[in-house]
Amino acid sequence: MFRPETGKHLYELAQILLRSESPLTQAERELIAAYVSYRNDCTFCWSSHAAASRCLYGDEKNIVDEVLKDMQRSNVSDKMKALLTIAGKVQILGTEVKPEHIKAARELGANDREIHDTVLIAASFSMYNRYVDGLATLTPTDPAVYEEMGKRMVKGYIMPPQTTT
Amino acid sequence: MPHIDLKNDLPGIRSALAFSPQTAEPLGQLAEILLRSNEGLTRAERELIATYVSYLNDCFYCHHSHGEIACIYLDGNSQLVEQVRKDFNKAAISEKLKSLLAIAAKVQQGGKFVTETHIEKAKQNGATDRDIHDTILIAAAFCMFNRYVDGLATNTPKDMSSYPLRAKQVAERGYGNHMYTEKQPTQTI
Repeated sequence: MFRPETGKHLYELAQILLRSESPLTQAERELIAAYVSYRNDCTFCWSSHAAASRCLYGDEKNIVDEVLKDMQRSNVSDKMKALLTIAGKVQILGTEVKPEHIKAARELGANDREIHDTVLIAASFSMYNRYVDGLATLTPTDPAVYEEMGKRMVKGYIMPPQTTT
Repeated sequence: MPHIDLKNDLPGIRSALAFSPQTAEPLGQLAEILLRSNEGLTRAERELIATYVSYLNDCFYCHHSHGEIACIYLDGNSQLVEQVRKDFNKAAISEKLKSLLAIAAKVQQGGKFVTETHIEKAKQNGATDRDIHDTILIAAAFCMFNRYVDGLATNTPKDMSSYPLRAKQVAERGYGNHMYTEKQPTQTI
Protein backbone atom coordinates (compact mmCIF):
# COMPACT_ATOMS: atom_id res chain seq x y z
CA MET A 1 0.00 0.00 0.00
CA PHE A 2 1.39 3.36 -1.08
CA ARG A 3 0.28 5.31 1.98
CA PRO A 4 -0.84 3.17 4.94
CA GLU A 5 -1.59 6.18 7.17
CA THR A 6 -4.48 7.26 4.96
CA GLY A 7 -5.30 3.64 4.06
CA LYS A 8 -6.02 2.86 7.70
CA HIS A 9 -8.82 5.45 7.92
CA LEU A 10 -10.24 4.52 4.52
CA TYR A 11 -10.57 0.90 5.69
CA GLU A 12 -12.11 2.02 9.00
CA LEU A 13 -14.67 4.13 7.19
CA ALA A 14 -15.66 1.24 4.89
CA GLN A 15 -15.88 -1.13 7.86
CA ILE A 16 -18.20 1.22 9.78
CA LEU A 17 -20.36 2.14 6.79
CA LEU A 18 -20.73 -1.36 5.37
CA ARG A 19 -20.36 -3.70 8.35
CA SER A 20 -21.27 -1.90 11.59
CA GLU A 21 -24.73 -1.22 13.06
CA SER A 22 -27.22 0.29 10.64
CA PRO A 23 -30.94 -0.18 10.04
CA LEU A 24 -29.92 -1.16 6.49
CA THR A 25 -28.68 -4.73 6.03
CA GLN A 26 -25.07 -5.35 4.97
CA ALA A 27 -26.39 -6.73 1.66
CA GLU A 28 -28.33 -3.49 1.05
CA ARG A 29 -25.35 -1.32 1.93
CA GLU A 30 -23.05 -3.29 -0.39
CA LEU A 31 -25.70 -2.90 -3.08
CA ILE A 32 -25.66 0.90 -2.67
CA ALA A 33 -21.84 0.81 -2.92
CA ALA A 34 -21.98 -1.37 -6.06
CA TYR A 35 -24.72 0.80 -7.63
CA VAL A 36 -22.80 4.06 -7.12
CA SER A 37 -19.54 2.48 -8.31
CA TYR A 38 -21.31 1.14 -11.41
CA ARG A 39 -22.64 4.60 -12.19
CA ASN A 40 -19.12 5.95 -11.71
CA ASP A 41 -17.86 3.31 -14.15
CA CYS A 42 -15.35 2.01 -11.61
CA THR A 43 -14.97 -1.64 -12.64
CA PHE A 44 -12.84 -2.71 -9.70
CA CYS A 45 -15.22 -1.22 -7.13
CA TRP A 46 -18.54 -2.27 -8.66
CA SER A 47 -17.37 -5.79 -9.44
CA SER A 48 -16.02 -6.40 -5.96
CA HIS A 49 -18.92 -4.79 -4.05
CA ALA A 50 -21.47 -6.53 -6.28
CA ALA A 51 -19.74 -9.83 -5.42
CA ALA A 52 -19.89 -9.01 -1.69
CA SER A 53 -23.56 -8.05 -2.01
CA ARG A 54 -24.43 -11.28 -3.90
CA CYS A 55 -22.74 -13.26 -1.15
CA LEU A 56 -24.77 -11.44 1.51
CA TYR A 57 -28.09 -11.70 -0.36
CA GLY A 58 -27.64 -15.48 -0.62
CA ASP A 59 -30.70 -16.99 -2.33
CA GLU A 60 -31.81 -13.54 -3.47
CA LYS A 61 -28.48 -12.72 -5.10
CA ASN A 62 -30.09 -12.03 -8.50
CA ILE A 63 -31.32 -8.73 -7.07
CA VAL A 64 -27.80 -7.33 -7.37
CA ASP A 65 -27.49 -7.83 -11.11
CA GLU A 66 -31.08 -6.75 -11.69
CA VAL A 67 -30.37 -3.46 -9.89
CA LEU A 68 -27.19 -2.83 -11.87
CA LYS A 69 -29.02 -3.55 -15.12
CA ASP A 70 -32.21 -1.57 -14.45
CA MET A 71 -32.84 -0.50 -10.87
CA GLN A 72 -36.46 0.59 -11.36
CA ARG A 73 -37.48 -2.75 -12.88
CA SER A 74 -35.55 -4.88 -10.38
CA ASN A 75 -37.12 -6.96 -7.62
CA VAL A 76 -35.57 -4.86 -4.87
CA SER A 77 -38.08 -3.33 -2.38
CA ASP A 78 -39.70 0.01 -3.14
CA LYS A 79 -37.97 1.50 -0.10
CA MET A 80 -34.59 0.41 -1.47
CA LYS A 81 -35.51 1.83 -4.87
CA ALA A 82 -36.16 5.19 -3.20
CA LEU A 83 -32.84 5.00 -1.34
CA LEU A 84 -30.96 3.94 -4.47
CA THR A 85 -32.54 6.92 -6.24
CA ILE A 86 -31.07 9.19 -3.54
CA ALA A 87 -27.70 7.43 -3.94
CA GLY A 88 -27.89 8.03 -7.69
CA LYS A 89 -28.48 11.74 -7.10
CA VAL A 90 -25.56 11.93 -4.64
CA GLN A 91 -23.41 10.24 -7.29
CA ILE A 92 -24.17 13.15 -9.64
CA LEU A 93 -23.75 15.84 -6.95
CA GLY A 94 -24.98 16.54 -3.43
CA THR A 95 -27.16 19.45 -4.53
CA GLU A 96 -29.07 17.07 -6.83
CA VAL A 97 -30.80 15.51 -3.82
CA LYS A 98 -34.12 17.33 -3.57
CA PRO A 99 -36.80 17.33 -0.86
CA GLU A 100 -39.06 15.20 -3.08
CA HIS A 101 -36.49 12.37 -3.16
CA ILE A 102 -36.33 12.41 0.62
CA LYS A 103 -40.12 12.59 0.91
CA ALA A 104 -40.54 9.60 -1.42
CA ALA A 105 -38.09 7.52 0.66
CA ARG A 106 -39.81 8.51 3.90
CA GLU A 107 -43.24 7.60 2.58
CA LEU A 108 -41.89 4.12 1.83
CA GLY A 109 -40.67 3.77 5.40
CA ALA A 110 -37.07 5.05 5.29
CA ASN A 111 -35.94 6.74 8.52
CA ASP A 112 -33.36 9.49 9.07
CA ARG A 113 -30.57 7.05 9.84
CA GLU A 114 -31.19 5.07 6.67
CA ILE A 115 -31.19 8.25 4.60
CA HIS A 116 -28.00 9.42 6.31
CA ASP A 117 -26.25 6.12 5.76
CA THR A 118 -27.34 6.02 2.11
CA VAL A 119 -26.01 9.54 1.48
CA LEU A 120 -22.69 8.86 3.20
CA ILE A 121 -22.16 5.49 1.48
CA ALA A 122 -22.91 7.10 -1.89
CA ALA A 123 -20.62 10.06 -1.07
CA SER A 124 -17.79 7.83 0.14
CA PHE A 125 -17.92 5.70 -3.02
CA SER A 126 -17.72 8.91 -5.01
CA MET A 127 -14.36 9.16 -3.26
CA TYR A 128 -13.20 5.52 -3.37
CA ASN A 129 -14.03 5.24 -7.08
CA ARG A 130 -12.05 8.37 -7.92
CA TYR A 131 -9.12 7.26 -5.78
CA VAL A 132 -8.98 3.84 -7.45
CA ASP A 133 -9.37 5.11 -11.03
CA GLY A 134 -7.48 8.40 -10.55
CA LEU A 135 -4.36 6.39 -9.73
CA ALA A 136 -5.15 3.87 -12.52
CA THR A 137 -4.77 0.97 -10.09
CA LEU A 138 -4.67 -2.61 -11.37
CA THR A 139 -8.14 -3.91 -12.31
CA PRO A 140 -8.49 -7.70 -12.63
CA THR A 141 -10.74 -8.88 -15.49
CA ASP A 142 -11.47 -12.46 -14.36
CA PRO A 143 -14.93 -12.62 -12.65
CA ALA A 144 -13.67 -15.49 -10.44
CA VAL A 145 -11.17 -13.11 -8.84
CA TYR A 146 -14.05 -10.82 -7.77
CA GLU A 147 -16.10 -13.72 -6.46
CA GLU A 148 -13.27 -14.66 -4.11
CA MET A 149 -12.74 -11.00 -3.22
CA GLY A 150 -16.45 -10.67 -2.36
CA LYS A 151 -16.23 -13.62 0.04
CA ARG A 152 -13.27 -12.02 1.82
CA MET A 153 -14.98 -8.61 1.95
CA VAL A 154 -18.02 -10.13 3.68
CA LYS A 155 -15.75 -10.96 6.63
CA GLY A 156 -14.86 -7.29 7.03
CA TYR A 157 -12.64 -4.47 5.84
CA ILE A 158 -9.37 -4.88 7.64
CA MET A 159 -6.24 -3.29 6.24
CA PRO A 160 -3.78 -5.97 5.09
CA PRO A 161 -0.59 -6.13 7.17
CA GLN A 162 2.16 -3.94 5.73
CA THR A 163 5.32 -5.64 4.58
CA THR A 164 8.45 -3.60 5.01
CA THR A 165 10.89 -3.93 2.18
CA MET B 1 -33.43 23.18 6.25
CA PRO B 2 -31.51 19.89 6.34
CA HIS B 3 -33.17 16.88 4.66
CA ILE B 4 -33.13 14.92 7.94
CA ASP B 5 -33.32 15.86 11.62
CA LEU B 6 -29.63 16.11 12.50
CA LYS B 7 -30.53 16.88 16.13
CA ASN B 8 -28.25 19.93 16.30
CA ASP B 9 -27.98 23.35 14.66
CA LEU B 10 -24.30 23.24 13.75
CA PRO B 11 -23.20 24.46 10.32
CA GLY B 12 -22.27 22.29 7.31
CA ILE B 13 -20.28 19.15 7.84
CA ARG B 14 -20.11 19.76 11.57
CA SER B 15 -23.81 18.94 11.87
CA ALA B 16 -23.38 15.66 9.98
CA LEU B 17 -20.33 14.70 12.07
CA ALA B 18 -22.28 15.36 15.28
CA PHE B 19 -25.20 13.27 14.00
CA SER B 20 -22.92 10.31 13.29
CA PRO B 21 -19.87 10.40 15.61
CA GLN B 22 -18.82 6.87 14.67
CA THR B 23 -18.16 7.84 11.04
CA ALA B 24 -16.94 11.29 12.14
CA GLU B 25 -13.85 9.66 13.62
CA PRO B 26 -12.24 8.26 10.42
CA LEU B 27 -13.52 11.24 8.39
CA GLY B 28 -11.81 13.69 10.75
CA GLN B 29 -8.60 11.69 10.81
CA LEU B 30 -8.55 11.47 7.04
CA ALA B 31 -8.96 15.26 6.74
CA GLU B 32 -6.26 15.78 9.37
CA ILE B 33 -3.68 13.69 7.50
CA LEU B 34 -4.57 14.99 4.05
CA LEU B 35 -4.81 18.68 4.91
CA ARG B 36 -2.48 19.19 7.85
CA SER B 37 0.56 17.26 6.71
CA ASN B 38 3.48 19.44 5.71
CA GLU B 39 5.38 16.72 3.89
CA GLY B 40 5.66 17.38 0.17
CA LEU B 41 2.76 19.73 -0.34
CA THR B 42 2.33 22.63 2.08
CA ARG B 43 -0.84 23.11 4.13
CA ALA B 44 -1.73 26.11 1.97
CA GLU B 45 -1.41 24.02 -1.21
CA ARG B 46 -3.52 21.22 0.28
CA GLU B 47 -6.27 23.64 1.32
CA LEU B 48 -6.20 25.30 -2.12
CA ILE B 49 -6.80 21.90 -3.75
CA ALA B 50 -9.69 21.29 -1.32
CA THR B 51 -11.13 24.76 -2.01
CA TYR B 52 -10.85 24.38 -5.77
CA VAL B 53 -12.50 20.94 -5.89
CA SER B 54 -15.30 22.12 -3.56
CA TYR B 55 -15.82 25.14 -5.81
CA LEU B 56 -16.09 22.88 -8.87
CA ASN B 57 -18.59 20.74 -6.93
CA ASP B 58 -20.59 23.89 -6.20
CA CYS B 59 -20.41 23.25 -2.46
CA PHE B 60 -20.80 26.73 -0.97
CA TYR B 61 -20.08 25.72 2.62
CA CYS B 62 -16.94 23.74 1.80
CA HIS B 63 -15.34 26.09 -0.72
CA HIS B 64 -15.82 29.08 1.55
CA SER B 65 -14.68 27.21 4.66
CA HIS B 66 -11.52 25.81 3.05
CA GLY B 67 -10.89 29.04 1.16
CA GLU B 68 -10.71 30.86 4.50
CA ILE B 69 -8.39 28.24 5.97
CA ALA B 70 -6.11 28.50 2.91
CA CYS B 71 -6.20 32.28 3.34
CA ILE B 72 -4.82 31.97 6.89
CA TYR B 73 -1.89 29.84 5.68
CA LEU B 74 -1.33 32.39 2.89
CA ASP B 75 -1.05 35.27 5.38
CA GLY B 76 -4.41 36.72 4.42
CA ASN B 77 -3.97 36.67 0.65
CA SER B 78 -7.65 36.15 -0.17
CA GLN B 79 -7.09 37.45 -3.69
CA LEU B 80 -4.89 34.47 -4.48
CA VAL B 81 -7.53 32.07 -3.17
CA GLU B 82 -10.15 33.73 -5.37
CA GLN B 83 -7.83 33.59 -8.37
CA VAL B 84 -7.33 29.84 -7.87
CA ARG B 85 -11.11 29.34 -7.80
CA LYS B 86 -11.77 31.41 -10.89
CA ASP B 87 -8.75 30.63 -13.11
CA PHE B 88 -5.80 28.97 -11.43
CA ASN B 89 -3.70 29.19 -14.60
CA LYS B 90 -3.50 32.95 -14.08
CA ALA B 91 -2.81 32.71 -10.35
CA ALA B 92 0.59 33.52 -8.83
CA ILE B 93 1.26 29.90 -7.86
CA SER B 94 3.99 27.47 -8.89
CA GLU B 95 3.79 25.53 -12.16
CA LYS B 96 3.86 22.40 -10.01
CA LEU B 97 0.70 23.41 -8.14
CA LYS B 98 -0.98 24.39 -11.42
CA SER B 99 -0.40 20.93 -12.86
CA LEU B 100 -1.64 19.33 -9.61
CA LEU B 101 -4.80 21.47 -9.68
CA ALA B 102 -5.32 20.29 -13.27
CA ILE B 103 -5.19 16.69 -11.98
CA ALA B 104 -7.59 17.57 -9.14
CA ALA B 105 -10.05 19.01 -11.68
CA LYS B 106 -9.95 15.75 -13.64
CA VAL B 107 -10.53 13.70 -10.49
CA GLN B 108 -13.54 15.92 -9.76
CA GLN B 109 -15.02 14.85 -13.11
CA GLY B 110 -14.19 11.19 -12.53
CA GLY B 111 -11.14 9.04 -11.81
CA LYS B 112 -10.79 7.91 -15.42
CA PHE B 113 -10.37 11.47 -16.65
CA VAL B 114 -6.84 11.55 -15.22
CA THR B 115 -4.48 10.61 -18.04
CA GLU B 116 -0.77 9.80 -18.34
CA THR B 117 -0.27 13.24 -19.89
CA HIS B 118 -1.54 15.01 -16.75
CA ILE B 119 0.71 12.89 -14.54
CA GLU B 120 3.76 13.40 -16.79
CA LYS B 121 3.26 17.15 -16.79
CA ALA B 122 3.05 17.26 -13.00
CA LYS B 123 6.23 15.19 -12.73
CA GLN B 124 8.05 17.49 -15.17
CA ASN B 125 7.06 20.37 -12.92
CA GLY B 126 8.65 18.64 -9.96
CA ALA B 127 5.74 16.77 -8.38
CA THR B 128 6.68 13.53 -6.63
CA ASP B 129 4.58 10.36 -6.60
CA ARG B 130 3.57 11.30 -3.09
CA ASP B 131 2.41 14.79 -4.19
CA ILE B 132 0.34 13.22 -6.99
CA HIS B 133 -1.10 10.61 -4.64
CA ASP B 134 -2.07 13.23 -2.08
CA THR B 135 -3.60 15.50 -4.73
CA ILE B 136 -5.75 12.66 -6.06
CA LEU B 137 -6.86 11.59 -2.61
CA ILE B 138 -7.62 15.18 -1.46
CA ALA B 139 -9.67 15.75 -4.63
CA ALA B 140 -11.46 12.39 -4.23
CA ALA B 141 -12.10 13.02 -0.52
CA PHE B 142 -13.69 16.38 -1.27
CA CYS B 143 -15.94 14.70 -3.84
CA MET B 144 -17.13 12.79 -0.77
CA PHE B 145 -17.23 15.64 1.79
CA ASN B 146 -19.04 17.97 -0.64
CA ARG B 147 -21.68 15.32 -1.40
CA TYR B 148 -22.12 14.54 2.29
CA VAL B 149 -22.67 18.22 3.12
CA ASP B 150 -25.01 19.03 0.22
CA GLY B 151 -26.64 15.60 -0.06
CA LEU B 152 -28.08 16.15 3.44
CA ALA B 153 -28.73 19.86 2.73
CA THR B 154 -26.89 20.82 5.92
CA ASN B 155 -27.12 24.39 7.22
CA THR B 156 -25.03 26.85 5.25
CA PRO B 157 -24.28 29.98 7.30
CA LYS B 158 -25.15 33.08 5.28
CA ASP B 159 -23.16 35.31 7.65
CA MET B 160 -19.83 35.35 5.82
CA SER B 161 -18.03 36.77 8.86
CA SER B 162 -18.52 33.39 10.57
CA TYR B 163 -16.28 31.57 8.08
CA PRO B 164 -12.94 33.13 9.11
CA LEU B 165 -13.75 32.35 12.76
CA ARG B 166 -14.22 28.65 12.13
CA ALA B 167 -11.20 28.71 9.80
CA LYS B 168 -9.03 30.13 12.58
CA GLN B 169 -10.22 27.35 14.89
CA VAL B 170 -9.24 24.69 12.35
CA ALA B 171 -5.90 26.34 11.53
CA GLU B 172 -5.04 26.40 15.24
CA ARG B 173 -6.44 23.06 16.35
CA GLY B 174 -6.90 20.88 13.29
CA TYR B 175 -9.76 18.64 12.21
CA GLY B 176 -10.48 17.00 15.55
CA ASN B 177 -13.84 16.31 17.15
CA HIS B 178 -13.70 19.70 18.91
CA MET B 179 -15.24 20.96 15.66
CA TYR B 180 -18.61 19.54 16.65
CA THR B 181 -18.38 18.80 20.37
CA GLU B 182 -17.38 22.30 21.54
CA LYS B 183 -19.10 25.65 21.42
CA GLN B 184 -18.79 27.25 17.99
CA PRO B 185 -16.35 30.16 17.72
CA THR B 186 -17.95 33.59 17.84
CA GLN B 187 -16.67 37.09 17.29
CA THR B 188 -15.08 38.60 20.38
CA ILE B 189 -15.90 42.26 20.56
